[in-house]
Amino acid sequence: MTSYLLRDASPLGDGTTDVLLADGVVAALGDEAAAARDRGDVTQVDAHGLVLLPGLVDLHTHLREPGREDAETIRSGTRAAALGGFTAVHAMANTTPTQDTAGVVEQVWRLGRDAGWADVHPVGAVTVGLEGERLAELGAMAHSQAHVRVFSDDGRCVHDPVVMRRALEYVKAFDGVVAQHAQEPRLTEGSQMHEGVVSAELGLAGWPAVAEEAIIARDVLLAEHVGSRLHVCHLSTAGSVEIVRWAKSRGIDVTAEVTPHHLLLTDELVRGYDPVFKVNPPLRTQRDVEAVRAGLEDGTIDIVATDHAPHAREDKDCEWAAAAFGMTGLETALSVVQEVMVDTGRFTWADVARVLSTKPAEIGRVTDHGRPIAVGEPANLTLVDPNVRRTVDPRTQGTQSSNTPLRGREISGCVIATFLRGRATVLDGGACDDQVVIA
Amino acid sequence: MRHLLSAADLSLDEAVRILDTAGQMAQTQSREIKKLPTLRGRTVVNLFFEDSTRTRISFETAAKRLSADVINFSAKGSSVSKGESLKDTALTLQAMGADAVVIRHQASGAPHRLATSGWTDGAVVNAGDGTHQHPTQALLDAFTLRRHLVGEGADAPGRALEGLRVAIVGDVLHSRVARSNVQLLHTLGAQVTLVAPPTLVPVGVEAWPARVSYHLDEAIADDKPDAVMMLRVQRERMSSGGGGFFPSPLEYSRAYGLDARRLAALPEHAIVLHPGPMNRGLEITADAADSPRAVIVEQVANGVAVRMAVLYLLLAGGSAAGAPAGARTETKVDQ
Repeated sequence: MTSYLLRDASPLGDGTTDVLLADGVVAALGDEAAAARDRGDVTQVDAHGLVLLPGLVDLHTHLREPGREDAETIRSGTRAAALGGFTAVHAMANTTPTQDTAGVVEQVWRLGRDAGWADVHPVGAVTVGLEGERLAELGAMAHSQAHVRVFSDDGRCVHDPVVMRRALEYVKAFDGVVAQHAQEPRLTEGSQMHEGVVSAELGLAGWPAVAEEAIIARDVLLAEHVGSRLHVCHLSTAGSVEIVRWAKSRGIDVTAEVTPHHLLLTDELVRGYDPVFKVNPPLRTQRDVEAVRAGLEDGTIDIVATDHAPHAREDKDCEWAAAAFGMTGLETALSVVQEVMVDTGRFTWADVARVLSTKPAEIGRVTDHGRPIAVGEPANLTLVDPNVRRTVDPRTQGTQSSNTPLRGREISGCVIATFLRGRATVLDGGACDDQVVIA
Repeated sequence: MRHLLSAADLSLDEAVRILDTAGQMAQTQSREIKKLPTLRGRTVVNLFFEDSTRTRISFETAAKRLSADVINFSAKGSSVSKGESLKDTALTLQAMGADAVVIRHQASGAPHRLATSGWTDGAVVNAGDGTHQHPTQALLDAFTLRRHLVGEGADAPGRALEGLRVAIVGDVLHSRVARSNVQLLHTLGAQVTLVAPPTLVPVGVEAWPARVSYHLDEAIADDKPDAVMMLRVQRERMSSGGGGFFPSPLEYSRAYGLDARRLAALPEHAIVLHPGPMNRGLEITADAADSPRAVIVEQVANGVAVRMAVLYLLLAGGSAAGAPAGARTETKVDQ
C-alpha cells in the first residue's frame, strides 16, 4: 500500500506539520513524519497552504441505487463524495426497493464497499415502504452487516405521533436515532415552494414554515417524554432554530442539521421558475438564512448535511410543478460552509471539522471517521485549498446528475486530496480512478 | 416587447400603448369586413393544456382577424407526468415554424419556462398559467374600464386609469386574473381593494399594491368603487377535498356575492365585471349579472380587440408607433 507524506499541511488550519500516512493510519506527525521527506517509497504531497481536515461525513445523502441508477449510482455518488472531501456518507432509505429490510441495507453497504470511494452507511427506513404505518424491521437492520444506526423515512415525514413515539423508543435498544423529515403532510399538500411574498406573486402553492416547526416541536416533546435521541433533518426556518434552541436548553437529546443550500440561497431564486431551485424543504427567506447561520454558529444546529439529491435531467427539464424536488451538494458543501462561515469569520476550520465530520460521525455512531488528527488514528482525511476560487460546472462534477443550484457560480475553496484509510481517492484535485478501481 | 408573460412586465407606456392599439383594432371590428392583412403568412399556435373554450376562441378570432394562420393544439392531460412533455411539444411547434405560441397551462410559470429555456424562438403569450397570471384578461379588463370610466363610453387613447377605485372580489388565492389585475391596475394608476374571506387571500399579500378587506359591504360603503370585478369561485373549494376554504356556498353568497342590494349600494356610475364563466347564484346573482351596469358581454368583445393588439405588437409592431397599417388604410379583402 502506498504511503503518503503530506508536507507542510495545516491541521484544522492551525500551524503546519508534516503528516505521514501509512498502513491505513496516521503513522507520524511533526519531525518524525518529516524524516520521511527523503524516502523514495513514500509519495510526497505538497500540502503547503492547505488545510487538513478529518474526512468529511455526510449524514444525509441520496445515492439513488437501487432503483434510479439513471440519476446516480452508489459508485458515481460516492466518487462525487470523495471529490467533495467526504470519506463516509449515509445513504438515505428512499430507494426502490426501499431500504427497509436487512437484505436491502446490506446490499447498499456492500455496493459501497466494493466501489471503494467512501464508506457507505445505509440509513434504514423507519416504516415499511416509507408509508408511515408499520415499523420496518429496525432491529434486523441494526444487527445486519450494514450496522444501521440512523433511521429515517426522509422524503416523507413520520407524521403519525404514535408511530413516531414507538420508533423513538424502539431504537434505544441499539443506540439508534430517528432522523425526522419534518413536514406536516396536510399543511403541505401540493406544496411547491416556501409560502410567503414570493409564492403569493408566483402563484405557486405554499409550503409554510409552520408545517416544519409544528412537527419539530411535537418531536422534541416526544423525545423528552420517552427519553430518546432525535435528529432533525435539513432544518430550514428561523422558527425551527428557536424550537431546537429551546429543546436543548431543556436538556432534550436532540441534534439538528442544515443543508448548504439553506445556508446560502433564498426563495427569491424561484422567480425564474427554474426547477433547479425546487427542493424540499424549500428555499426560505433571507431572514431564515440568517437564522440558520446564527444557529450553526452558536451550536443550536449541530451539523451541515448535504441532502445531495441527484435527479435525471428530464425530471428537471420541465415546468416547475412537474419537476422533482432536490439538488446536488456533495461537491460544493465544503465550499459553501467556507464561504458562509469561515470567510466571514464566524467559524474556525476546527468548527468546520466539527460540523462536517466529528459531530455527524458521532450522531451516526460511526466510530472510525471524524477522529482527531493524531498518530494511530485511521487515515480518513481531506486536504483543502481555501485560497482558490472555482466556477461550478455540472459537466466537470463527479455526480451523474446536473442539478446543482450553483451552476456558473464562483465559489471559494477546493478539495485537493482525500484519503480513505490511507488510500488516496482524490489527488491533485482529481479522482484517483485507477487506484480506487484496483482497490 | 418580445413575449407577454406577466402583467408585471408591462410599463405604463407599454400598457397604454396596448390599450390604444386595442382601441384601433376595436374600430376595425365594427366594419362590415373585419379582417386585416397584417399578419398574413405568420403562424400562431394556440397551445392549450387546460380546457378554455372562451379564451381559445378569443385568441383564435383575434389571430384570424389579422390574417394569421392558426393552429389549435389541445394537449389537455398530456403535460404533467404523462404523455408528451412541455419541452417536446414546444420543440415540435418550433419545428413547424410557429411565430407565436399562445399558451394556457395548469402549471404556474409554464409560459415563462417556454420563453426562457430555448425550446422555441416564437413569441410567447401567456393565456393563463396555473394560479399565476392571465395578462390579456387584465388588459381587456383595463380596456373595458377605460372605455366606461375614463372615456365615457368611447375609448380614451393615451389615457391610463389614474384615481379609479376597483374592488376585486372573491377567490384571490387561486386567481390568476386577480394577480394580473392587481399589477396592471396599479401600473395604470388605479387603486385596488381585494375583497375575500381570509382563507382565500394568499399569505404574502401584504407585498401587493392593494388593500385587503374581508367585508364586501364595508368595502362598497368605504371605497365607493368605480368598478367591481367579481371572480369565479369554484364550488368544490368548500369541500374538505377542495381545501375547505368556506363553510357553504350559501354563506359565501351572503358575505361576498354581488346581488341586487349590493348593486344598488354602488355609486351610480359603477360598472360590474366578471372574467367568466359565471357561477350565477354563487358569486353573482342574475339581477347583477344581467343589469345594465354589467359589462360582462362587452368584456368578451374587448378581449378580441386586446388580443389582436397584443399579437400585432408582438409579431408586427415592434417599432411602429401607434396604429396597425390595416387600421389606417382601407383593408384589402383577403380571400
